[in-house]
Amino acid sequence: MNRRFGFYLLLAPLVVWLGALIIIPHIDLFLTSLSVKVRPRVYEIGLDNYSAFFGEPLYWNTFARTALMSVSATALTLIIGFPIAYYIAKLAQGRFRATLFVLCLLPFWVSELVRTFGWMILLRETGVVSSALQWLGLTSGPIEFLYNDAAIMVGLVYTSMLFMVVPLVTTLDSLDNSYIEAGYDLGGNSFAVLREIVIPHAKPGIVSGCIIVFMLSLGNYLTPILLGGKDSLWFTQQIYAQFITRFNWEQGSAFGFLLLILSSLIVWGGLKLTGQTLSKTVGQG
Amino acid sequence: MRKTFADFVAVDDVDLAIPSGSFFSILGPSGCGKTTLLRMIAGFLQPTSGDILIKGRSVLDVPPNKRAVNMVFQHLALFPMMNVAENVGYGLRRRGMPREDVAKKVEDALARVGLPGSGTKRISQISGGQKQRVAIARCLVLDPDVLLLDEPLGALDLKLREHMKVELKKLQHEFETTFIYITHDQSEALVMSDRVAVMNAGRFEQVGPAQELYYQPKTIFVAEFVGDSNKWRGRVAAIEQNRVTVTTAQSGRICGVAAGPCSIGDDVEVFVRPEAVALSRDGSTLQNMANQMDGEVVSVLFNGAASRLLVRARETGDEIDVALPQTGEFNDLQAGQSVSFGWSDAQTKCFVIG
Amino acid sequence: MIPSIPQSPFLRDVYRTYVALFFIYLAAPLVVVSIFAFNDALFPSPPWEGFTLDWFFGQTEPRQGLFYDRSLLNAAMVSLLVAISVTILSVAVGTSNAFLFERENFRFKNFAYVLMLTPLVVPGIILGISILVMSSGIANSVDDAIGIEIEALRPGLVLVVLGQFSFIATITTLVISARLRKFDVSLEEAALNLGATRWVAVRTVTLPYLTPAMLGAGIVAFLMSFENFNTTLMLVGSDAPLTIALFDRLKEGSTPVLNAISLMLMVASALLALIMIALQRERRD
Repeated sequence: MNRRFGFYLLLAPLVVWLGALIIIPHIDLFLTSLSVKVRPRVYEIGLDNYSAFFGEPLYWNTFARTALMSVSATALTLIIGFPIAYYIAKLAQGRFRATLFVLCLLPFWVSELVRTFGWMILLRETGVVSSALQWLGLTSGPIEFLYNDAAIMVGLVYTSMLFMVVPLVTTLDSLDNSYIEAGYDLGGNSFAVLREIVIPHAKPGIVSGCIIVFMLSLGNYLTPILLGGKDSLWFTQQIYAQFITRFNWEQGSAFGFLLLILSSLIVWGGLKLTGQTLSKTVGQG
Repeated sequence: MRKTFADFVAVDDVDLAIPSGSFFSILGPSGCGKTTLLRMIAGFLQPTSGDILIKGRSVLDVPPNKRAVNMVFQHLALFPMMNVAENVGYGLRRRGMPREDVAKKVEDALARVGLPGSGTKRISQISGGQKQRVAIARCLVLDPDVLLLDEPLGALDLKLREHMKVELKKLQHEFETTFIYITHDQSEALVMSDRVAVMNAGRFEQVGPAQELYYQPKTIFVAEFVGDSNKWRGRVAAIEQNRVTVTTAQSGRICGVAAGPCSIGDDVEVFVRPEAVALSRDGSTLQNMANQMDGEVVSVLFNGAASRLLVRARETGDEIDVALPQTGEFNDLQAGQSVSFGWSDAQTKCFVIG
Repeated sequence: MIPSIPQSPFLRDVYRTYVALFFIYLAAPLVVVSIFAFNDALFPSPPWEGFTLDWFFGQTEPRQGLFYDRSLLNAAMVSLLVAISVTILSVAVGTSNAFLFERENFRFKNFAYVLMLTPLVVPGIILGISILVMSSGIANSVDDAIGIEIEALRPGLVLVVLGQFSFIATITTLVISARLRKFDVSLEEAALNLGATRWVAVRTVTLPYLTPAMLGAGIVAFLMSFENFNTTLMLVGSDAPLTIALFDRLKEGSTPVLNAISLMLMVASALLALIMIALQRERRD
């Protein structure tokens, strides 16, 4: 068989996939974001869509808020998830350990919609938590836990947890126990060992977990709208509104492109800051 | 035949004829080009220049899957997703042989390698030695002109390796197929082969029967690589026919035979095998040895039949490896005791350096 | 820190409590969703009114069960169709990519590899809008130029499949590549040596070796497609897949039929997860 021919046969699907579904659409998105409607069906090149973004406080406030909330969600997920990953990787043993790990994966196998629906049943005014508090006599009337930032946080952290715990467990698992023992043996306490041995070793896992979690939170639509309500001010809602409700695709494209730049910057910055590469972190996750 | 990779010459003008039906080994250190040579015969590499003939016909334009050459891979390369019978029948199925015939030939081949009825076992269920035999059966069932073996015993433990050496030799005898066996383990090569080629840096140093390589090495490399030797460097002081006298750096004198032409003043290396050195408590039995020395035992390296003595010559201070004779006479030797020792000039090989 | 290093019983108990609480947090939404699928009330909220199977098998409004709810069943069929298409496409392209990246060497290979990873770090909603913008642009140009309307390029199932495929293919590529990397090339050489042609060697030796990974990647692809929301939301036309249909219902206010269908999804996912685990166990043999 002709080897060159075989090579091109393997190359073709990759080129078609990346070219037609990733590269060209993103170039097109960029070009659309630069076109300004002069009158119906006539467009000019200009930065109007971007100046509209910076001119309208609602837009860039939403943008900044989304970014900040995503960063907080990422940090919270890391703080909550790290001890769990450590427990699974280093303290739990045998079948118990395998069971815990599978339990962690479980929510991933269930649609995000179902998970969010579960939180709605728990948190709404007539929901389980509110009823339980009344039944216990801790409160006299029903309480609405939904439709605030805390509810959004709960949902985001819940949805993202898996993507933090799995890479953390993987990297922590690859840390040989003898390093930890050596750390103690040479006089370190728990905190010193954690800071100087465990965390440096887990860095690739922490980075890849944080990148994925941040990206997922930033691009999330379901959780903010269902748990935060119509006024949750999440940037993806603005994009959706421009595209579907107002049918202003040029403005929507500009918003989309801004979100893409923000997400890429944070991913790139995270990798640079920690000296990782995309192939190493995501490629092996 | 010659093979170069970029500017690295892996196989350098090797010319070789192997008689049909013989067991031929290529022995050399890792990186000497023996695997490259084997892969060219199998067809996985094309020689840069030269030709390969099997039964008188060039096979250069025959792709590997059409060559009547089969190979036992270094890690055997048994297909893990198939059972034993499916592995052995793989080549037959590729020839489009009917299913019943395949089954019959496979069972027959398994019986011949001593594994009758294990066709349904999975590869992961059988032992290392059994895997070897399956890998060999998988090739021999195709009735190849040549069977190539790429250090297949390397992964086995010592005891099994000894056993498989004998087994392989027996199989080769039974099937009367030409075996080309490459290895870096000299004992494998010496025990099994009709002829052995010692390969170094892409070239054949010497080709011949095992005894010839051991007793009449033609080059320094062969003398050093095959078997153990005591070694001196020195300069030729006198020549009488092919007998030479060498002055060593420690101003000792050693008599030996030259392995090639040499003249007075040449720098030489001198090799003497430990088992060529005779021991004596008082020197009386060493009368007709050309080389005689007195010394003391430095240490006894006891290892059963392969026990050694390390002795220091009194005059020159050389430390010499001596095989401990197992006649019982020297069983009570201890470090610090005085002994005499010597060896004949015929057992002493001198090679000119360069 | 690790079992071999003694720790104060108090700290250990605190740690264990934390882990237990975490798993309660993880399970809570899924448990309440399941429980309220059997509640004999019109809303999935407390109090508990008694056990019923109406939300599965009820035949008349307002207690129409999921098995008699035409629109939900329809949406499930749409999801199934989309998921199967995406699975086949992504596994095929993923296998081809795996061979390309593991077996071939070409200029820009590293660049192509990083590009192949990018869909994982682009928010799903942006993948959606970029494909929407491009395909609509093409459809408009074709319509303007020759007056033919290409339905496939308008929001609809074709675009949904392409949009989901655009990032799921990365995941299947990674899974299948990882397995191919462990493949011992001498197995293929042995097949050639025994008389197989190159293609037959790949078919009889390499592909059977890859099968568990291809199945695993297929299951992941299927689930990711079935559950996808963000990308689908931007590309969906008149036929809504299940997640979109559920989302629309949720916004209107929910009846326990949503719990019923969520429970069915969880059961189906769990079954697929079990198959995955079984596959991985077999791989270890």
